[in-house]
Amino acid sequence: MIVESLVFYTFSAILLVSGAMVISARNPVHAVLALVATFFLGAGLFVLLGAEFLAMTLVIVYVGAVAVLFLFVVMMLDISFAELRQGLRRYLPVGGVVGLVLVVELVLVELHWTVLPRVLSKPAAPIPPPDQVSNSHALGHILYTQYFYLFQASGLILLIAMIGAIVLSLRSRAHVRRQSIAEQVGRRTEDAVAVRRVPTGGGV
Amino acid sequence: MEIGLGHYLTVAAILFTIGVFGIFLNRKNVITILMSIELMLLAVNINFVAFSVYLHDLVGQVFAMFILTVAAAESAIGLAILVVYFRNRGSIAVEDINMMKG
Repeated sequence: MIVESLVFYTFSAILLVSGAMVISARNPVHAVLALVATFFLGAGLFVLLGAEFLAMTLVIVYVGAVAVLFLFVVMMLDISFAELRQGLRRYLPVGGVVGLVLVVELVLVELHWTVLPRVLSKPAAPIPPPDQVSNSHALGHILYTQYFYLFQASGLILLIAMIGAIVLSLRSRAHVRRQSIAEQVGRRTEDAVAVRRVPTGGGV
Repeated sequence: MEIGLGHYLTVAAILFTIGVFGIFLNRKNVITILMSIELMLLAVNINFVAFSVYLHDLVGQVFAMFILTVAAAESAIGLAILVVYFRNRGSIAVEDINMMKG
């Protein structure tokens, strides 16, 4: 139990520090790396909670794909980030006030909420005991039965996002010489080679 | 001291506030705004998973997975729009994005 508390407090502290680094880092590459750290520690918290499948998904999807995407964009675009940080001091008070109000509201909610007893007594999909059925197994079991249509719909969303990203960022420039394989293969001898009977000393 | 639901909710609340604060702080930089949105979504996911575990209901984790899907799609599309915008205008400052024609 003491180990669990220790791990929780360590993970949460580093999580919050790296979260703060994401928004305050001067160098955007450092911000992306802090984002990666944040997701790793979030995955650690998920493992601590007993949601291993989501933790691994978080690492694969966010650290493996989304963070790399961010890193690519940050490094590919030639932007002066110092210029973008100019109005920082002007926005600080407004942001501080909004953040403070938000955190006070959230703390007030967290101090006073209760769970309805009938919610506790009747879960929609009760978690099976972890020593018999693993988290991934249990999740897959209801994902592929009860929530199958939603699962398909999320696949469709990803497909649409992929097509959208390709359509947006693909550019076809004119005046670029490209290899046209069909043209190459479709070339026939008759089109390319002509046999001429050249008279001696006459030329073509 | 035992780690309860409240601990996780507090961490998620602070992380969410960091995300909101980041949007206000880096109002010019679209990339940082997108990263702040990711932070907020992570905070929401922590809330979902914590509630799911403490209420013994697996549906929260299913929902968190759908949030993960949508967040990945959102950041992919957002970054694609960003790249196209930078190619057209040579800048990603938010205040320059005020032209809705052409």
